[in-house]
Amino acid sequence: MVSPESQTASVNEVLRVEGMSVASPRLRLVHEIFFTLQRGDRVGLIGESGCGKSLTALSLLGLLPEGVRASGSAVFGESKLDLLGASEKQLAQLRGREIAMVFQEPMSALNPTMPVGKQVAEVLRIHRTVTNRKAADAEAVRLLDQVRLPDPARAARAYVHQLSGGQRQRVVLAIAMANRPSLLVCDEPTTALDVTVQAQMLELIAGGVTENDSSLLFITHDLAVVSNICQRVIVMYGGRAVESGDIEAVFRRPRHPYTHGLLAASDLSAVDEHGGLPTIPGSVPAAGQFPEGCVFRNRCQRADDACLSEPRLTAHEAGSVACWHPLLENKA
Amino acid sequence: MTGMEATAERPLVEVRDLCRTFGRTPSKLRSRARQVFALVGVSLEIARGERFGVVGESGSGKSTLVRLVAGLDQPTSGAVYFDGQLVSGRKERHLGFLRRELQVVFQDPMSSLDPRMKIRQIIAEPLVATGKADSLNRVYELLDAVGLSRAAADRYPHQFSGGERQRISIARALAPSPSVLIADEAVSALDVSVRAQILNLLVDLVHDFSLTMIFVAHDLGVVRRVCDRVAVLHHGNLVEVGTAEQIYSDAAQPYTRELIAATPVLRYVVGGPADDLRSAKLKPARARFGGSDEWSR
Amino acid sequence: MSAAAPISTVRAAAGTRSGRRRLSPTLWTGATLVALVLLAATISYVWTPYDPVAIDASSRLLGPSAAHWLGTDALGRDVFSRIIVGARTTMFVGVIAVGVGASLGIPLGVFAAMSGRFGSETIMRVVDIMLAFPALLLAILFSAVWGAGTLTAMLAIGIAVAPAFARLVRAGTLQVMSTEYVLAARVAGKRELTIAGRHVLPNITTMLIVQASVAYATAVLAEAGLSYLGLGTPPPTPSWGRILQEAQTVLFSDPLLSLWPAAAIAVAVLGFNLLGDGLRDRFDPQLDDRR
Repeated sequence: MVSPESQTASVNEVLRVEGMSVASPRLRLVHEIFFTLQRGDRVGLIGESGCGKSLTALSLLGLLPEGVRASGSAVFGESKLDLLGASEKQLAQLRGREIAMVFQEPMSALNPTMPVGKQVAEVLRIHRTVTNRKAADAEAVRLLDQVRLPDPARAARAYVHQLSGGQRQRVVLAIAMANRPSLLVCDEPTTALDVTVQAQMLELIAGGVTENDSSLLFITHDLAVVSNICQRVIVMYGGRAVESGDIEAVFRRPRHPYTHGLLAASDLSAVDEHGGLPTIPGSVPAAGQFPEGCVFRNRCQRADDACLSEPRLTAHEAGSVACWHPLLENKA
Repeated sequence: MTGMEATAERPLVEVRDLCRTFGRTPSKLRSRARQVFALVGVSLEIARGERFGVVGESGSGKSTLVRLVAGLDQPTSGAVYFDGQLVSGRKERHLGFLRRELQVVFQDPMSSLDPRMKIRQIIAEPLVATGKADSLNRVYELLDAVGLSRAAADRYPHQFSGGERQRISIARALAPSPSVLIADEAVSALDVSVRAQILNLLVDLVHDFSLTMIFVAHDLGVVRRVCDRVAVLHHGNLVEVGTAEQIYSDAAQPYTRELIAATPVLRYVVGGPADDLRSAKLKPARARFGGSDEWSR
Repeated sequence: MSAAAPISTVRAAAGTRSGRRRLSPTLWTGATLVALVLLAATISYVWTPYDPVAIDASSRLLGPSAAHWLGTDALGRDVFSRIIVGARTTMFVGVIAVGVGASLGIPLGVFAAMSGRFGSETIMRVVDIMLAFPALLLAILFSAVWGAGTLTAMLAIGIAVAPAFARLVRAGTLQVMSTEYVLAARVAGKRELTIAGRHVLPNITTMLIVQASVAYATAVLAEAGLSYLGLGTPPPTPSWGRILQEAQTVLFSDPLLSLWPAAAIAVAVLGFNLLGDGLRDRFDPQLDDRR
């Protein structure tokens, strides 16, 4: 299995995912994903609901629900540990230390019965970054200050219900960044936040990642958000990566018809021939009901018999695309 | 600042000094009264045939406003009028006129349909409740209007996707041939491509059936697209009202400007120029995160 | 797009339930045990090896044999016949008691949920008072007033299980009332009572079935206890509790005699409890996937 983006493994490589698939006993949910993250990379994983982006992230952390298994390889860090084959013990050592995750809902990510400062301190002590209790508490306050919580010393003593949604999510970020992870995975971290708070949160994430020289895997359905925080993007549909590359190139010159349709539908100033918003015909099929061959062919205007066999992710000069009839530069 | 404007005919929906407070009034026995001021002195007028947008973040009071206008809740003070008739402060049995004329499409496609009822029962519900005939033909008509097959009538909600369920909600709302449709975050829980379809549908239906639409959302971009006039709410206060273009390009109030600046804009447009003039014009400072020197690889 | 429920959406997509299967061993076991009791009761109407009340002084305290499968009791009556006839009482009392409990509890719960704060609190305090009286105490009370018997027992047990129904129904109703489809029904012009009947009740049915099953188990145990104390079914009608009480007098000489009614009670109570658990497991994930 040759990765279209294969390079000789370098010291700067944080994550190399090759042929990752996620399946339940009855269904294949994610098919053969390939990507690589270097230190400081910011990659967005975009797609609509059911495309498998969350599952991809969860399998990296070994947090798949019961009955769902991942196969392939996801080689991480300098120790070159395969996350997909790792034991729970090995993963537990990495989580919160080398790899951190920020979820969408801060309320369910934080313990309502503990002051938030203690929760930050806890993650420091679990991974023995700081062992002394007092020192951990002090470091916790410093981390809360870093995420710009007003009056961090007081905030550290507050309980979750005393904080607003945006503040809670900042605490979650502080916990995630506490041990300077090499990989930060964010799954729709700002979707549940107000738009004014969202902007601040994105700044904090970008800032935190830059400061720690971490890699960022940012999962979202919001194309505008991802275009402002990531350098590269992977577009997913039906459990497959259909396009990837530099975000500017992909967004300005999308090759895959789905990417093009998604961008057109996201652009609220765009107008189609009827004067309405551009849409992708049809709707996303339920899991397990995607067509054979190219998953997008039943909604694609460029589909023909060639599309009955599944296209592989093929590299081109600005990225890769999995399509038999990609949109080329000179054709709009 | 109010939304009062001189209009030739009477506004279809009018809201005067509307206040809604939740929680008990403070008394001497309780030192700390926890009151929530959901709406504070909001006044608006919506003309017949208008596409009126209401924008606000969480806690802005927009959902409360929807409930008050739809007669689902009583204000603490102030009044709601529909076509000149008083809505607020009246008992349910006197609101028959409102139920026939004003319908709501809600946000969550998962919980806005009774999982135990068949689609045709769901769609016919407003007809049955207001005493009109429950006709299968009408149900088919409505399914056609929202782009669903007639076979859907005998199925159950869980057999449909989020976008399809919103179509069913819209069909239900249109059943009694109302004159006003309130879309309460109707597309907020939908995927982007589905959102585009549903927005197109709403705009078409509003046009075809000459409806007045009140479109409530937190996404300014969406509201700007489908609405003529827009009101901005913040912590229960009406911050500003104006035409969609006015608000977006030349907002008078600082909060509105902040809201616009914070709304993420697609940084690269299909076929767009290398230097993104669009985003530079619309978003003064924070177009990107992490600084421009991060982008070189 | 709300990705707030990624896990359950993932589970739904993956086609798995949270570890438990739809037709779980729990459900099967429970259903089988209940069916066993039901079968015993049904057969007893058509055929019993011996007349359950026929006293035969010459065959006292015989052990299990080909003639008497479970032996005979202190009065020479065939134990097996008495047990299967006793199943009738168990099922019968259970049905009536749960029926009484549900008829009392469900309307109370619905009204509590739909009344304003004052009404709701008042109703729930009444329910709390009902809860404070154990079935036993109520049975004694009723027996003192109306005389001991099956009817008073059923009434007492019914009142004892009603609060559980009321609380459950109130919670379920509140949950349903807060959904958007109920809001849409109000916008459509539906009246509260119609909403209660048309929307609330169908959506809390599965919850009620589970509760009924569990209440049944409680009723069986309560009836056995009451009969044991002489407050339930009067002799000579066999009832498991009564059989147990009679076996008590010869406990040290013929311990097996106590075993049979105890085992029967255990089987019935366990069966209904497992059935309730199994039904709950079966219904809940389905509700999850719909979301």
